[in-house]
Amino acid sequence: MDDLVTRSVCRLMVPFVQLYGAYLIFYGHLSPGGGFAGGAVVASSIILYALSFGRETAVLRVAPGISHLLESSGGLWYLLVGLCGIMLGGNFLANKAAGFYLGIPGQLFSSGIIFLLALGIGMKVSSTMVTLYYNLSAEVNDEDGHGI
Amino acid sequence: MITVLDFLLLLFLIVCAVAVARIRDLLSAVVIFAAYSLVMAIIWQMLGSPDVAITEAALGAGVTTFLFIAAISRTRRTE
Repeated sequence: MDDLVTRSVCRLMVPFVQLYGAYLIFYGHLSPGGGFAGGAVVASSIILYALSFGRETAVLRVAPGISHLLESSGGLWYLLVGLCGIMLGGNFLANKAAGFYLGIPGQLFSSGIIFLLALGIGMKVSSTMVTLYYNLSAEVNDEDGHGI
Repeated sequence: MITVLDFLLLLFLIVCAVAVARIRDLLSAVVIFAAYSLVMAIIWQMLGSPDVAITEAALGAGVTTFLFIAAISRTRRTE
């Protein structure tokens, strides 16, 4: 797939889609969105890039090894932040009981560990979907000559 | 009280759902399914759940379409 219109539109759109995904992740405790939706938006921008520029170019930008690493470390990050609650004297995923800084409601850094948890969820969801796409599109050039 | 816009969106939704099930070309079915998800996201927003609307737009109209197209490109296009 080698189309000038698709590549130009994709080159214009991908930064804004990623910015919107980052906004959804970081403001998940204040506005609609959150880790899952923001991670899906970030992943769809990377998949859009891979669809229009080809899998070989996308692998140079986001390598499958890095995607695997982010996927595992996102889950581990969630677990570690949850265990911090136990170490500081509360339950698993304890927020206020463990004495985290809660801040002023309505501001960006105002929710204790929810901000950090959304970061981990976004990392995990986006890298999972990118890995899913890489696995589906591997060896896509079959004998019929179909390709992405 | 159902407004005219609600009625039009729901009618479009039903037409899309029937068309996805009856059409023979799988690529066209995927595109119609993306339109179905987009209208469904608008309806979620009008029902007062913007969180679900964002997820529906990102997953239903975005990632699912990409994955279906990737699956079609590895198999046959018609049923």
